[in-house]
Amino acid sequence: MLETTTALAATSLETKLRIDGVSMVFSRDERTVRVLDNVSMEARQGEFVCILGPSGCGKSTLLNIVGGFVRPTSGDVQIDGEPVRGPDPRRIFVFQERGLFPWLTVEGNVGFGLFNLSSDEKRERIAHYVKLVGLEGFEHAYPRELSGGMKQRVEVARALAVNPDMLLLDEPFGALDSITRLDMRRELLRIWQAERKTILFVTHDIEESVQLADRVVVMSARPAEIRRTLEIYMPHPRDISSRRYLELRDCILEEIGLAKIV
Amino acid sequence: MLGLAELANKGLLVKYVVASLFRVTWGYLSALVLAIPVGLFLGWHRRAGMAFNPLIQILRPISALAWIPLSILWFGVGDLSAIFLIFVASFLPLVLSSMNAVNSVGPVHVNAGRNFGLSQAQVVYRVIYPAVIPQLILASRIALGISWLVVVAAEMIAVNSGLGFLIIDARNAGNRYDLVVGAILMIGMIGLFLDTAVRKLERFESVRWAYGSD
Repeated sequence: MLETTTALAATSLETKLRIDGVSMVFSRDERTVRVLDNVSMEARQGEFVCILGPSGCGKSTLLNIVGGFVRPTSGDVQIDGEPVRGPDPRRIFVFQERGLFPWLTVEGNVGFGLFNLSSDEKRERIAHYVKLVGLEGFEHAYPRELSGGMKQRVEVARALAVNPDMLLLDEPFGALDSITRLDMRRELLRIWQAERKTILFVTHDIEESVQLADRVVVMSARPAEIRRTLEIYMPHPRDISSRRYLELRDCILEEIGLAKIV
Repeated sequence: MLGLAELANKGLLVKYVVASLFRVTWGYLSALVLAIPVGLFLGWHRRAGMAFNPLIQILRPISALAWIPLSILWFGVGDLSAIFLIFVASFLPLVLSSMNAVNSVGPVHVNAGRNFGLSQAQVVYRVIYPAVIPQLILASRIALGISWLVVVAAEMIAVNSGLGFLIIDARNAGNRYDLVVGAILMIGMIGLFLDTAVRKLERFESVRWAYGSD
């Protein structure tokens, strides 16, 4: 219990993001597909929230709406009390590794969003974030020369370099091998603890959500609605064989309807 | 070979090669300068692209050589006629490749650009432009090949100099097949040289990503 309160103290109680009754309907070839159904949730300043759901359930659509790339059919999204009107450098969307610009070096990618800075400041920022993600020595490498995990690090560095207050991650580690994936989770937590950004992390991996998040929002299959929100708030690093961890994991499995089947 | 040496001695060979290259240069460069902006524009503004698409599709299957009579009618027998034919032959393929190049830029990259606060113009300059360069280089290479094919044919009919003219003239003026074969070899070698020159562009670091593994 004591542990829980310490972890809670790290995030302030201020609401960062408020999603209010968001629905999304796509129409294609005269057929309409309801993707999101009346989704409401909140995220606090500095909180790490995982949105967990089966593939194709609409969780990426939700993230795209928060990012301002797509407008919802109904409902609204507010960040810091302001409605989201479009993409904004204060909240950076991190794609899977494919989001890097292949024509730029690591340095060029990390510095991509820093066009308003003087060249000295820019160089300093780039160096700082390249170091933060552990890619010193690769500044002049092109993405094609990097491994999947390294590309993912560059994307995270590129996002952090513009000092956003929110990161939106869409299954960022989905394409990585399992060892790299574990490594990247640890890295992301380290960076999150150092930089204290609000993180919205979309995944279909139950273990991943319980390992990373303060709170897990479990979504149903399409049309996605929120089935349940689980407060995790275990301190990091988390013991993945502890009772609480296993309880939480089983709880989610049960919620999704997969308990004790495998 | 002896025939070529004889021509070279008279200074005619150099003159013909220069004449052919001169026409290709102007026809090809004017096509590049006009077609790429037009193609990029039509690719970026999809509605405009869709509006012009039927016209492009009708014009595309017409061989440039079909324009020879009109070109002579408009520009007479001379350089301008040949330049026009080369222009016609390489313009449409360049427009189409530029359109496709823009359309194939990943939405992920465009969205990333917008996410970092880039204006529409900045997205074009910092995302679309670098993303299409590799395909444009490839398209220019193909267009240059086409230009070199067309100049030979155009010179057989529309002008009185150049390597194409040399071939026809050698046959008409007494079946000098040694000169015909010599000219064919010249055409092949210059074509290879032109292609190699444009290929050099593909070695730049900032475009190599698009050409697969090295």
